[in-house]
Amino acid sequence: MPGPISHSKIEPDSFTPFRRCSSSASCKIEVPMMQKKTVPEMQVIAKRMRREIIEMIGAAKSGHPGGSLSAVELVVTLYFNEMRHDPANPKWADRDRFILSKGHAAPVLYAAMAESGYTPLDQLNTLRKLGSIYQGHPDVRFIPSLEASTGSLGEGVSLALGMALAARLNASPSRTYVMLGDGEIQEGQVWESAMFGAFHKVDNVVAIVDYNGIQLDGFVKDIMEVKPLADKWRAFGWHAIEINGHDIPAIQAAFQEAAGTKGVPTAIIAHTIKGKGVSFMENNPKFHGTAPTPDEVKLALQELQ
Amino acid sequence: MIPTKTKFDLKLGMATREAFGKALVEAGRRNKDVVVCDADLSKSTYTSLFHHEFPDRFFSCGIAEANMVAIAAGFAYAGKIPVAASFSCFVVNKGFEQLRVTVAYPKLNVKIVGTHSGISIGEDGPSQMSVEETALACSLPGFVVLSPADEVSTTALVHAAIDHVGPVFIRTGRMKAPVIYPAEQKFEIGKAVELIDGSDVTVIATGLLVAEAIRAQEALEAEGISVRVIDFHTVKPLDRETITRAAAETGAIVVAEEHLIDGGLGVRVAQAVAETHPCVMEFVGLHDTYAESGSPEQLLDKYGLISRDVIAAVHRALARKK
Ligand SMILES: Cc1ncc(C[n+]2csc(CCOP(=O)(O)OP(=O)(O)O)c2C)c(N)n1
Ligand SMILES: [Mg+2]
Repeated sequence: MPGPISHSKIEPDSFTPFRRCSSSASCKIEVPMMQKKTVPEMQVIAKRMRREIIEMIGAAKSGHPGGSLSAVELVVTLYFNEMRHDPANPKWADRDRFILSKGHAAPVLYAAMAESGYTPLDQLNTLRKLGSIYQGHPDVRFIPSLEASTGSLGEGVSLALGMALAARLNASPSRTYVMLGDGEIQEGQVWESAMFGAFHKVDNVVAIVDYNGIQLDGFVKDIMEVKPLADKWRAFGWHAIEINGHDIPAIQAAFQEAAGTKGVPTAIIAHTIKGKGVSFMENNPKFHGTAPTPDEVKLALQELQ
Repeated sequence: MIPTKTKFDLKLGMATREAFGKALVEAGRRNKDVVVCDADLSKSTYTSLFHHEFPDRFFSCGIAEANMVAIAAGFAYAGKIPVAASFSCFVVNKGFEQLRVTVAYPKLNVKIVGTHSGISIGEDGPSQMSVEETALACSLPGFVVLSPADEVSTTALVHAAIDHVGPVFIRTGRMKAPVIYPAEQKFEIGKAVELIDGSDVTVIATGLLVAEAIRAQEALEAEGISVRVIDFHTVKPLDRETITRAAAETGAIVVAEEHLIDGGLGVRVAQAVAETHPCVMEFVGLHDTYAESGSPEQLLDKYGLISRDVIAAVHRALARKK
């Protein structure tokens, strides 16, 4: 296991999330993008990312496996098929953006960014250690190619809407994707931002709810029921699509439907299984925020062969 | 006052958040008006213990801290004694507008308890680290702000907070905390505890830094420096009498806290010192920065919140005192 890595800490002030093109011509430059992966290729990456998630949280001895594993297919499809982005040029102004509003699921994002080539794969197991770029929650001071620092639930849709409106003002084709937890949507700000998104017709935003039925203290239905979820988003003026969040072709189809939806933002309600892929973590509230023991890591990795 | 020669063995006890959860159950037994609200962190705040014993008086608010604070205000208007808990950063920051207009302004009998305060939560990183909530809570007129150092003081102050009529914020931590007090120690809101008498310099500390101040005193005593150590478990209202006496009798004050220096206990003490008996002061705390992920021990070391830093501040203060 690699030790803590050294890094030059980037002060928030020196970080410009939006470097506008200096001339409109440079905006038009064709940027070589990530090559789109096929469904079988993405399934292979998904399995590898699940292993990375288990290994890094196991090495850190703390972290959130459940909500990282439930989001794997959604994040894989975004990074390897749907989004227009370029790891060699992370600040490309017209890129599509992804915000992990449920920042505690950082391991799934770190795995996807490392697999894409944004950040070093061989340092994933420094997660949460002093000096690691892989901080406990996504931190733009440590990984400038992240779109946002997150970790306080409920704020991501607002961020996404701001980014998307900026893209609209800039006549940029950039689309913004934001992932929320089903517990997270209990935050009032989510619904304030939902109203805003519909009112301002921000159709270049897609909110994805990782509907895994579990939050920190237990099952969502026992803490604060959020049903009927799709109807709530519809009532707030969004186009809502319900899918199986582990079915990559269904995810692709939903993104396509979102892209074709004009005048209103889209919410994808992705039914998922918390802890997906590791039998003893599936649907088990314990693994919201508990790291697997070394024995559990071994068992999980066997299952993820 | 604890006898000067008491040896502090600083054995690790419960985390102050756990002591809070246990005391809350006892408070629930004593007073049936106590109701508890939590925002999907009951396992971390230990309000799950209250939930277990009094399911009818526990209200799950979901991940919605601002709403939780206003719900608690409603309970208080109706004569209940609501205790609303979450991580310090979420309940105070997300609920600040509600704390201001809905709780503090009408001076409601609401108790807010923040757990996981400071940077000693470790690996989760700055988004979950509360380093500004004491400044925010102290800015609310009429609020009592408590910051206990160990399980004994936490237990006593939770009961004192329930008995106090008016809004209270209690700051607790995630890590097991060294036990400072004997079980029978008495505490009073607004009355600091002088732990060790001394004449060259005073260290005023709160929360986790109280144990570090005691460790610093032991090292400094070996150097022949006489250090007075005072636990400010109440940050507001401030025990100005104890501060004035320390300023007059020792002529130098170091304040140590696991919080941003801006707006923390230190600047509050400095105001009292400036108004009563100006003397040399130094500050141990976070210098205008957020921390990062790491183990609690690594972070306290890197961000300058251990006995070494208290010792250095004492030396600076004494050098300036001449
Ligand atoms: C504002 C805020 N309150 C509380 C927390 C603590 N917390 C971290 S994760 C979590 C539960 C999240 O559940 P959910 O949104 O369903 O996420 P998932 O199931 O996808 O992990 C809570 C309460 C937080 N990070 N932010
Ligand atoms: Mg969930």
